[in-house]
Amino acid sequence: MNRTYELMFIVRPDMVEEDLNKLISTLDASVAAAHGTMKSEIWGKRRLAYSVRRFNDGIFVLLLLQGTGAMVHELERRLRVTEPVIKFITVRTDEELKRLDKVKKLRDAKKKTSTAAPAAAAATPEAGSAPAPAAVQA
Amino acid sequence: MAEETKAPSSDSRPERSGGDRPDRGGPRGPRPGGPGGPREGGRKYFRRKKVCKFCVEKIEAVNYKDVRLLAGFVAESGKIVPRRLTGVCTPHQRRLSAAIKQARNIALLPFAGRAQ
Repeated sequence: MNRTYELMFIVRPDMVEEDLNKLISTLDASVAAAHGTMKSEIWGKRRLAYSVRRFNDGIFVLLLLQGTGAMVHELERRLRVTEPVIKFITVRTDEELKRLDKVKKLRDAKKKTSTAAPAAAAATPEAGSAPAPAAVQA
Repeated sequence: MAEETKAPSSDSRPERSGGDRPDRGGPRGPRPGGPGGPREGGRKYFRRKKVCKFCVEKIEAVNYKDVRLLAGFVAESGKIVPRRLTGVCTPHQRRLSAAIKQARNIALLPFAGRAQ
């Protein structure tokens, strides 16, 4: 059962980048062992909204995962026993992505039917500028 | 002449006013006096209809990582602002509150009080 997840975790702010990269690569290895795929983004140091284990800052890391639930369990276990990790959260995203896809498709279909008519009539600059933000959002 | 000036304004108005100022816009035009503005004015004051920000701007993805968006719907005390004040529609409020709770969990938003 392949699903997509987002795993965000926070490590203590005084962690060296080298160690962090090492930690990420070990996680990557365990993901690969479970036949999953992983992409990582390091957000960098951020202020925490409340203090966690007496830390006020933390380095945020986001992992985009694809794999099974058992793989996520294993990752969470690893994070729990890794000392510098102070907080983590896993969110399952496949259903949300599916929903977004559906909405987008619906919107595109609507746009196609509606753009044919206004395209000819869209002579005013306001009509041209109005759809632009919507396109950026999508 | 009159028709020309009329046509574009009626076209652009509804979208503009909805996007630029989301809610809480008080009464337009001459102020009827009083500092706080009308609370329950009844007939006398015109109250702007609130619109859902997510529907108007077509923001479909309400995500816990988008702190700046979520922070607009959290009171200074850290509470989630109710629908009746913000005008967010029910489906979006549901997603919004779920996202805020996730953001709290990962210390992106405070549970109580202002972020330090």
